[in-house]
Amino acid sequence: MAIWFARSRNIVSSLRHNLNLSGILVQRDHSPRHAFTNSQLSSRSVFLDSFTSLRHESTAVEKQLDLVQQSDEEDPQELNFPGGKVGYTSELKFIPESSSRRVPCYRVLDENGRIIPDSDFIPVSEKLAVRMYEHMATLQVMDHIFYEAQRQGRISFYITTVGEEAVNIASAAALAPDDVVLPQYREPGVLLWRGFTLQEFANQCFGNKADHGKGRQMPVHYGSNRHSYFTVSSPIATQLPQAAGVGYSLKMEKKNACAVTFIGDGGTSEGDFHAGLNFAAVMEAPVVFICRNNGWAISTHISEQFRSDGIVVKGQAYGIRSIRVDGNDALAIYSAVRSAREMAVKEQRPVLIEAMTYRVGHHSTSDDSTKYRAADEIQYWKMSRNPVNRFRKWVEDNGWWSEEDESKLRSDARKQLLQAIQAAEKSEKPPLTELFSDVYDVKTKNLEEQELGLKELVEKQPQDYPPGFHI
Amino acid sequence: MASLLSRFCRKVAVPGSAHGARMVSTTTSCGSETVKSLNLYSAINQALHIALETDPRSYVFGEDVGFGGVFRCTTGLAERFGKNRVFNTPLCEQGIVGFGIGLAAMGNRAVVEIQFADYIYPAFDQIVNEAAKFRYRSGNQFNCGGLTIRAPYGAVGHGGHYHSQSPEAFFCHVPGIKVVIPRSPREAKGLLLSSIRDPNPVVFFEPKWLYRQAVEEVPEHDYMIPLSEAEVIREGNDITLVGWGAQLTVMEQACLDAEKEGISCELIDLKTLLPWDKETVEASVKKTGRLLISHEAPVTGGFGAEISATILERCFLKLEAPVSRVCGLDTPFPLVFEPFYMPTKNKILDAIKSTVNY
Repeated sequence: MAIWFARSRNIVSSLRHNLNLSGILVQRDHSPRHAFTNSQLSSRSVFLDSFTSLRHESTAVEKQLDLVQQSDEEDPQELNFPGGKVGYTSELKFIPESSSRRVPCYRVLDENGRIIPDSDFIPVSEKLAVRMYEHMATLQVMDHIFYEAQRQGRISFYITTVGEEAVNIASAAALAPDDVVLPQYREPGVLLWRGFTLQEFANQCFGNKADHGKGRQMPVHYGSNRHSYFTVSSPIATQLPQAAGVGYSLKMEKKNACAVTFIGDGGTSEGDFHAGLNFAAVMEAPVVFICRNNGWAISTHISEQFRSDGIVVKGQAYGIRSIRVDGNDALAIYSAVRSAREMAVKEQRPVLIEAMTYRVGHHSTSDDSTKYRAADEIQYWKMSRNPVNRFRKWVEDNGWWSEEDESKLRSDARKQLLQAIQAAEKSEKPPLTELFSDVYDVKTKNLEEQELGLKELVEKQPQDYPPGFHI
Repeated sequence: MASLLSRFCRKVAVPGSAHGARMVSTTTSCGSETVKSLNLYSAINQALHIALETDPRSYVFGEDVGFGGVFRCTTGLAERFGKNRVFNTPLCEQGIVGFGIGLAAMGNRAVVEIQFADYIYPAFDQIVNEAAKFRYRSGNQFNCGGLTIRAPYGAVGHGGHYHSQSPEAFFCHVPGIKVVIPRSPREAKGLLLSSIRDPNPVVFFEPKWLYRQAVEEVPEHDYMIPLSEAEVIREGNDITLVGWGAQLTVMEQACLDAEKEGISCELIDLKTLLPWDKETVEASVKKTGRLLISHEAPVTGGFGAEISATILERCFLKLEAPVSRVCGLDTPFPLVFEPFYMPTKNKILDAIKSTVNY
């Protein structure tokens, strides 16, 4: 069949070019269906007779053939389909399930904190580098102290960012303050960079009356409109399609800003990952998707999460430019996120970054990860692949940081945190009326009734209720 | 069978208007009011035109809305306001609602369309866990009040499992969102504009049966009908009937038949199911002493149960009979059995009589 068509196309082309006919070619039942031979082709008169009799046949077919002929003239090996032109092949061949070579990982600093020769990267000034390092170290101290506070029963829950300090701080440093951040829950470093104070972190963890969230959510569910950091919510990946909407809004308002949203390796299995990337791509929204591939989703190793070469290969499936980065290399993260952000804003398109890293800590204070992974593995990453130490070496090698700076920073941070925790703990809880406000913009009748009812109950039987709440 | 035929054959008289019995009107009008005879999809279309016209930061999107939508509710919007504001989305309800939440969180109005209420479930997580809690969980630092989700719902005569559902009960159980269901073209335009402009996320179910079937005089200007205010659309003394959406048409027919047998029925359109106007229903039941609720959705766990429980709490000593619910059966919405499944006029009439004769 294919051969027949091929020949018929050639016949038409040759007719067009050689015989100057208008291109009518209609296959009728009584016409010879098998291919014309070359000897027949040479006989002009045979063709003229056949075609004059068929000249008034369907002009619709003529138009279709015109199209075929046109594309033939441009490129004889392509077909038109609704999605555009696509080349064809007669080879029965499947695209392999994976590349022979995994997508390489972009890095700038080696494990000893030295810049790899001939690296592409955006230079970081002393001021910026020191600020980045200070924040990475502060984040470490904060995590350590809050984790201990939970262990002591002073807060109910905590999630650490141990091992992912570079992803947190370096990505935040690469963004503009007006970029809108939609976190998952392991990115408090971004908020720390933007100026959320240690006291504000503590207030949220204790759910006291100074908590911006008014004590409604579990610890680490931070949010701050002042810092363009959307409030954390526990459901995984829900922020991704929202980020596409945020990016679209920024595009429509012609703002020099983008949406930046974070997700873990596990979160990319959620339907919202597919929804978020597809919408951002179709709507051409300026969104930077940063996936922290840290190897574990609670106890589920990535080998049980997907069969692809990580997350970076999924970008192309959505028409999204992507890059794989060493997430423990602060300079690489900084350069990659800076570049991605520029692309997103200038070209009004989404970009995907897969940051390869490792979750050194447990999933949360409710988890003991030694139950499902080797203690050796944890130790290895904690000691030999530590992103904070690696960046520290580079900063120190430049003469920008010293041992004295280090001990001063850590002891100051520790002191501030302990004070913040003390103050947060002593502070009153939010007034009881905040249980009922903000469900809607204005309290509805049923809520007002329930509030009155509850007030009466608490006044009558205060022993049934925890103290510290102003009624 | 007759009721099934009537669904196909005649234009539906809009409840509360054709019989001059509407006593309480909550529409606001300003100045000279020109009206036009419109069906439901045209009234909704008008509301959307007005919404986009009056707020340059408002958007309408969903599957197939660009060419006018499968029910023509979005006709002319893309041509008039441009593809940046009125656009087709990929086929993904969780993406549609999630994207809408993002837009709304940035201070825009996002009026999203879910093609059939039967397909709203992939977006349930975004609606319940995100939209409904967006303001509360952030301590009012953020909100997505600009989000309105529109979806056609309800029986259409041949819709079967997946083109006939009434999922309102699922959403009435979610603090933080509002649920609104109009009964007619005029109501739909005013309620939709209120929903779009309400500073809370709203789920707006449109009775698809009425898109073409219901025709009413609809004021051409910009007007809003308040949310959470029920309306007594027919006054009576012997029994209170409560319903919403297309079911009110059926209930009104039952009221007319009951009147011939000497029973005076009071009919209430709830309009907003969450938060619902308990006071209006309570006042009515305290007068009549009897309550009947009717909805297409299956009876078990349907919103009628919430109304019944609340009225029992508030009006127990005034009740002359148990609260009656005339609803869909506890089955998936069937195709050939639809006439048996539905809460028909005669089922309602029987229930009116047995309640009155209790």
